[in-house]
Amino acid sequence: MRLYRKYLSIHVKSMMQFKTSFFLTALGQFLVSFTAILGVYFLLDRFHAVKGYRFTDILLCSAVILMSFSLAECFARGFDQFPKAISNGEFDRMLVRPRSEIFQILASKFELTRIGRMLQGILMLAIAFWQSGVQWSFAKILTLVFMILGGTAVFSCLFLLYAAFSFFTLEGLEFMNVLTDGGKEFGQYPVSVYGKAVLAFCTAVVPYAWFQQIPLEYLTGHSTNPLRIAAPLVCFAFLIPCYAVWRIGLRHYKSTGS
Amino acid sequence: MIELHNICKTFRVARRGGGMKSAARALFHREYDTIQALDHISFTIQDGEMVGYIGPNGAGKSSSIKIMSGILTPDSGECVINGRIPWKQRKEHVREIGVVFGQRSQLWWDVPVIDSFELIRDIYSVEPSRYRKNLDTLASMLSLETILKTPARQLSLGQRMRCEIAASLLHDPKVLFLDEPTIGLDAVSKIAVRDFIKALNRERGTTVILTTHDMQDIEALTERILLIGKGQILLDGSLAELRQRRCGKRDITVSFSRTQASGLETFQNPPKGLSLRELLNGRAVWEAEMDSCPVSEAIAWLSTQVEVTDLSVSQPSAEELVVGLYREFGV
Repeated sequence: MRLYRKYLSIHVKSMMQFKTSFFLTALGQFLVSFTAILGVYFLLDRFHAVKGYRFTDILLCSAVILMSFSLAECFARGFDQFPKAISNGEFDRMLVRPRSEIFQILASKFELTRIGRMLQGILMLAIAFWQSGVQWSFAKILTLVFMILGGTAVFSCLFLLYAAFSFFTLEGLEFMNVLTDGGKEFGQYPVSVYGKAVLAFCTAVVPYAWFQQIPLEYLTGHSTNPLRIAAPLVCFAFLIPCYAVWRIGLRHYKSTGS
Repeated sequence: MIELHNICKTFRVARRGGGMKSAARALFHREYDTIQALDHISFTIQDGEMVGYIGPNGAGKSSSIKIMSGILTPDSGECVINGRIPWKQRKEHVREIGVVFGQRSQLWWDVPVIDSFELIRDIYSVEPSRYRKNLDTLASMLSLETILKTPARQLSLGQRMRCEIAASLLHDPKVLFLDEPTIGLDAVSKIAVRDFIKALNRERGTTVILTTHDMQDIEALTERILLIGKGQILLDGSLAELRQRRCGKRDITVSFSRTQASGLETFQNPPKGLSLRELLNGRAVWEAEMDSCPVSEAIAWLSTQVEVTDLSVSQPSAEELVVGLYREFGV
């Protein structure tokens, strides 16, 4: 963790080398968080209820998704850039350092831009929190925290999987974006609204449902089963197959000529 | 100690013809060529040795360096370095090695070099006192004092290379891999880098493995040469042995007074085994085959032909030796 902070400080120092860029980025971030509020406003204006979910439930759902996605993006951004790190030899360099590869990839990229995205997520969450009409108890707040953590885990795993595939292709794969960026978009509604097939896919293959629809039922009072509180923790199991693919990929790593 | 035994590595390379049509076809059906990058490579390097690893482009130099530094996993064969298998015990292994890729930087581009060094110190968890000591020694040996506070992107290539080498040595590695450390450097920087490597090997007993295309590096630094071609070790021996193997020739350069005609007609009927290689403005380079034409005989004959003002005899350079070797082995 201490080392992670050191990496961060290098990134911040690099960014501060370019003063104008630094301030413009900060300004940009500020504007981005404004658009978030606008977004919520327009949503409120247009939609009221979908398939038995009140608008406020959906707001809560999309706030959770946005928050998890931006958390995952903030920390796991390095995976997104990973195909580039392979082709320019940066990954070779990581392999000759006595730290875990995953740690180094996580620490290799850090973008201020993501903080803006996160600010947006926090804003959304705050609005959803007050507007949802949920009677917040300790159990419900815990559920919400679990949902965000579980979501972060799922998106991070997807980023990891994306990076692992690039061992085989040595290039980025756009189709993975269907699961990550796509997941962010369609995940703003509880996945059950898309029908049984999607629900099954999101329960058994990529565990969106576990941090989103399943605990949401508990949060909104549709269900009182306390098992639903812990449902998002299932998401962490997704790490196992993703990590396995990563290990296999690493063994196949070919490096690039110099 | 570094031991490689029957290391093999193959790569699959997609193959297609040029042009749009074959590019489109390759989208659906790929043809692959299998390239045997390393074909039963075996050698042993003792602690404290300095080894030059040479071979033409694509011979497998980089692949074997990457295997030894734990980046690549070979298809078969054994590799044990200081009792560890690089790709299996990667973290423990890389703690004891330093790697310099001449064409790739390990410094963080936008920050002063010293910040990169400090991050590297934390990555390797070097104790502060040892770091201080190493930094001071390295900075004075490589004369880095004035450039440590400059961002890496503003350094000249020579300055950057000196910083790269220092960065790889902050954690006292036992083995140092240098992949083309002098590529693109000017003469002064080259000599600085070579002197430093020599001193490092002598004073700290660091094992150095050096790949290069610059034969002067080899001549100046290494006693032992490993020649690799087509994925195989073709030759393992000292530069002197290599010389002996192809020492039958000497270059004789003569300068003669310009008043004489400097055309070919000046030299009539040279003795057998002596042949003219270059002739320009009162200077001629001859090649003598020592079996049929000893140097003394060649000189005697030359002095009867022209008024010699200067004369020098030289062995073929390492460059020529290696070209000869590549030709001999057909690589």
